[in-house]
Amino acid sequence: MYPAAFEYLKARSVRDAIAFLKQHGDDAKLLAGGQSLVPMMKLRVARPKVLIDIHRIADLNYIREESGAIRLGAMTRHVQIEESSLIREKIPMLAEAASKIADTQVRNRGTIGGALVQADPCGDYGAVVLALNAQMKCVGQRGDRVIPATDFFTFAYSTALETDEILTEIVMPLPDKCSAGVYLKLEKVAGDFAIASAAVQLSLDSGGACNEVGIGVTGAGMVPQKALAVESLLRGKTMSSALIDQAGQLIQESAEPIEDLRGSAAYKKKALGAILRRAIREALQRADARKPS
Amino acid sequence: MLKKISLTVNGKLCSGEVESRTLLAHFLRDGLRLTGTHLGCVVGRCGACTVLWNGAPVKSCMVFAVQAAGDDIVTVEGLAQDKRLHPLQEAFWKNDAVECGYCTPGMLMSAYGLLDKRIKPTEKDIERAISGNLCRCTGYGNIVAAIKEAALNFTK
Repeated sequence: MYPAAFEYLKARSVRDAIAFLKQHGDDAKLLAGGQSLVPMMKLRVARPKVLIDIHRIADLNYIREESGAIRLGAMTRHVQIEESSLIREKIPMLAEAASKIADTQVRNRGTIGGALVQADPCGDYGAVVLALNAQMKCVGQRGDRVIPATDFFTFAYSTALETDEILTEIVMPLPDKCSAGVYLKLEKVAGDFAIASAAVQLSLDSGGACNEVGIGVTGAGMVPQKALAVESLLRGKTMSSALIDQAGQLIQESAEPIEDLRGSAAYKKKALGAILRRAIREALQRADARKPS
Repeated sequence: MLKKISLTVNGKLCSGEVESRTLLAHFLRDGLRLTGTHLGCVVGRCGACTVLWNGAPVKSCMVFAVQAAGDDIVTVEGLAQDKRLHPLQEAFWKNDAVECGYCTPGMLMSAYGLLDKRIKPTEKDIERAISGNLCRCTGYGNIVAAIKEAALNFTK
């Protein structure tokens, strides 16, 4: 099973890649880990004339803590995120999301930048970057810019990136010390794309009321969504079963899932409500252990 | 247009000419005649074509050969040394972890990647490590048992 013929160009730096993009315009596509693009090319859903390989640009592979945020190079592989002690300690939900992507082989090769730009409506990182209010750093011919996660996903498989731009870095603001997060995913078989998933980050004050809260979900439509209405429902309130049920109900009512082989729209709505309720409960339990006394 | 590539396969420097669109799996099988790497689905779902890429299991049908230029690849042929089975292969044999055998090369390479990483994997770790490898004979129980046994005396 061969893709259509293409010209292969290896970029050794971001500058290289931008020059190649400028030269080839719409004929070119960037190749990161290739775990979505290569199969799409074999099925000839994608037929780029030029493939610009950015996977091995060393400057784009790092995980570091800097001025109140975790910064990830776009070519950092899922396995590195899953195994990073820094991420496990500071943003466990990100490590959890990385660990639930596909299988070992895909995680060894696929990258966070590639997955975000692929923007699969059922991908795993979307909910996380929205819950954490991450910033996407991009570089193009006209210079750098930062796209907030909330503006990044424009439609299924589409992002706010221009065709001559490259996503270079994902900046995740560090959650408050007493805050806790969780990423939960409902999948048909292990490693499949999500039927529904929820990323919940929250903290409790000394009285047990919800302080900071960030929630992202997948499976509610063509793009991952920030659950703003649920966030406002929970913020400042004392948590209770009734409130959590209300949160599930709220997301269920606003969701417009796409019916496919993974389930009917009605089923997916209920699944999303259930997974969100479960994620809030789990995050609460984790946050309770960290709340100020 | 053909491109010349050089890479290390099973410890030996190999080179060949490939089209950009040649998959690593096809280069290994057709170019180097290393037919131990199996092709099942060729869309990245079955894991039969798993090889080690710089030490980590990847599906060789999901990588173009040109992308592996300069890299270190180990295929199932790289496991046995001096005509002696690798202990991992021995454990598969002893535990009847091979039925039709089609998935075996991929299973072995995924298992190798796991054992190379941690000395004592739990059953969960093993199941997770081979979750990208399909066995259509469904003989997973014996495969997990074999990997567990091999972990006890694993050496590179």
